Amino acid sequence: MPKLPTPPSWSDIQKNTQDNVIWKSIFRPGSIYRKGYRDTSRDRALAAMNNVLYHLHPVKVKRHGLKLTYTYCLGGLSFFLFVVLTITGIFLMFFYTPAAGAGTELAYADMRTIQASVTFGQLVRNMHRWGAHLMVFTVFLHMARVFYHGAYKPPREFNWVVGVILLTLTLLLSFTGYLLPWDQLAVWAVTVGTEMMGFTPVFGKQVQFVLLGGAVIGPNTLLRWYVLHVLFVPFVTVVFLAVHFWRIRKDGGISGPL
Amino acid sequence: MAEVEIDQATYDALTGSGVPERIARAKAKAATVRKEKVAEGVEIGPKSADTATKALATFRENYGGGSGGTTTAVLDAPSGRLTPEQRAERVRASLGQTNGSPSIGVPSDSKHTHRLLALIPPSGIQQVSDKQQDKVYTWPHLLLVEFVALLAMGAVLLVMSYFIDATFRDLANPNLTPNPSKAPWYFLGLQELLRYFHPMVAGVTIPGVGLIVLGGAAYVDKNPSAKPENRKFANMAMTFFLVMWTLFVLAGSFFRGPGFNWVWPWVDGLFFEL
Repeated sequence: MPKLPTPPSWSDIQKNTQDNVIWKSIFRPGSIYRKGYRDTSRDRALAAMNNVLYHLHPVKVKRHGLKLTYTYCLGGLSFFLFVVLTITGIFLMFFYTPAAGAGTELAYADMRTIQASVTFGQLVRNMHRWGAHLMVFTVFLHMARVFYHGAYKPPREFNWVVGVILLTLTLLLSFTGYLLPWDQLAVWAVTVGTEMMGFTPVFGKQVQFVLLGGAVIGPNTLLRWYVLHVLFVPFVTVVFLAVHFWRIRKDGGISGPL
Repeated sequence: MAEVEIDQATYDALTGSGVPERIARAKAKAATVRKEKVAEGVEIGPKSADTATKALATFRENYGGGSGGTTTAVLDAPSGRLTPEQRAERVRASLGQTNGSPSIGVPSDSKHTHRLLALIPPSGIQQVSDKQQDKVYTWPHLLLVEFVALLAMGAVLLVMSYFIDATFRDLANPNLTPNPSKAPWYFLGLQELLRYFHPMVAGVTIPGVGLIVLGGAAYVDKNPSAKPENRKFANMAMTFFLVMWTLFVLAGSFFRGPGFNWVWPWVDGLFFEL
């Protein structure tokens, strides 16, 4: 009987995958996926330093900040939901037309298609909607947490203001998205909301007109709110998020200990 | 400044022993300068400790710098640091102001033209904390916690989305107003306020002023302590605000029915959609 070749051992496979130019070019020294990573102070420091996450986290953090009951991860979870909403939102954009001309309400028809015919359409739409509600909630709780820890005190005053702006932007993101299904719930909820804006002193009617693209909610409103929802407000939000995260690090990392 | 002549003897000796031309030329120039100094009677080489001390004393006498002796000053202070008076004295001395110099950093009778550009405080420019802080590595400690939190939230969202479908009603009809018409839940507190105030107050003034006060709180609150026991008023005010707001949102969400009139949800049913 001829001798069969021995199958490669697990360590051989690992060596062949990791020990080549391409792998090493992707995973820099300190990466836990690179050959030779050891659980030493040096490699732990490099793992943070040589990672894109270095934009978010320093090499070392205060120990008390790790305690779940200090932050409840609320800021991080808000950002996570923002990312999930971006991904699910892009998915939904492939199947949605922001058109609502009388008799040809494509927006509404597309919503039906997403829910009935698109693979995972209903699930992704659900994730987008529940994720949006959850994000409003986590951002709100994050604000309360930061307040009770006095984490807005110097040198973090400005970052608190950025946070308040981000809270407002979160509400705007959610509210502009509310109109897009173009069903009775969407249109009338937005009617109630924008009627309040019409009472802004001096230029209230103008504000309302610009936001609605007319005197009442119609196809123009849908197009405007669609662009606001998928481009304008997310763009502004990302800018403020970048400043928010940067300032956390520049202002000395997590606040406390109390 | 005139080009320094090359000391030919040094140059020849060096090039002869295989030293590169460029280095030999530089060393030969240095030799010329040394010879000139010796000819002028300048002492060459490291100064003796005695001479150095004398030179320092002469310098201080002439220019007034470092008067009082920095070493003594440090040792005088009980904490091992300079007292504010001693520090001020040192600053004055290093600025050369003991003899009423008109220009900062340049003693009036000085032949030197360099001036002091900046004083670096002893603590340095960056914030340095005195205490060693209790820190841990971000990887793995923080990143693992974050990853678990992310998985948990992802799971909650996925399970929720699997079992509960997002609300989807009939096609929008501008001629058919649902009763009640409600804003999204986070605005229902404002809608509730509409029952009590003019729309301008409830819809614009209160949220506008509220956001400005919220943002400005960081600048208004001058209390440096972050401990709950030291900031009872701030915590009380925030709790009051949060509870009030929650109550308004709950009232608008669950206790308002047709015509936005008050209902009891267990009697009249829910008029609330997400």
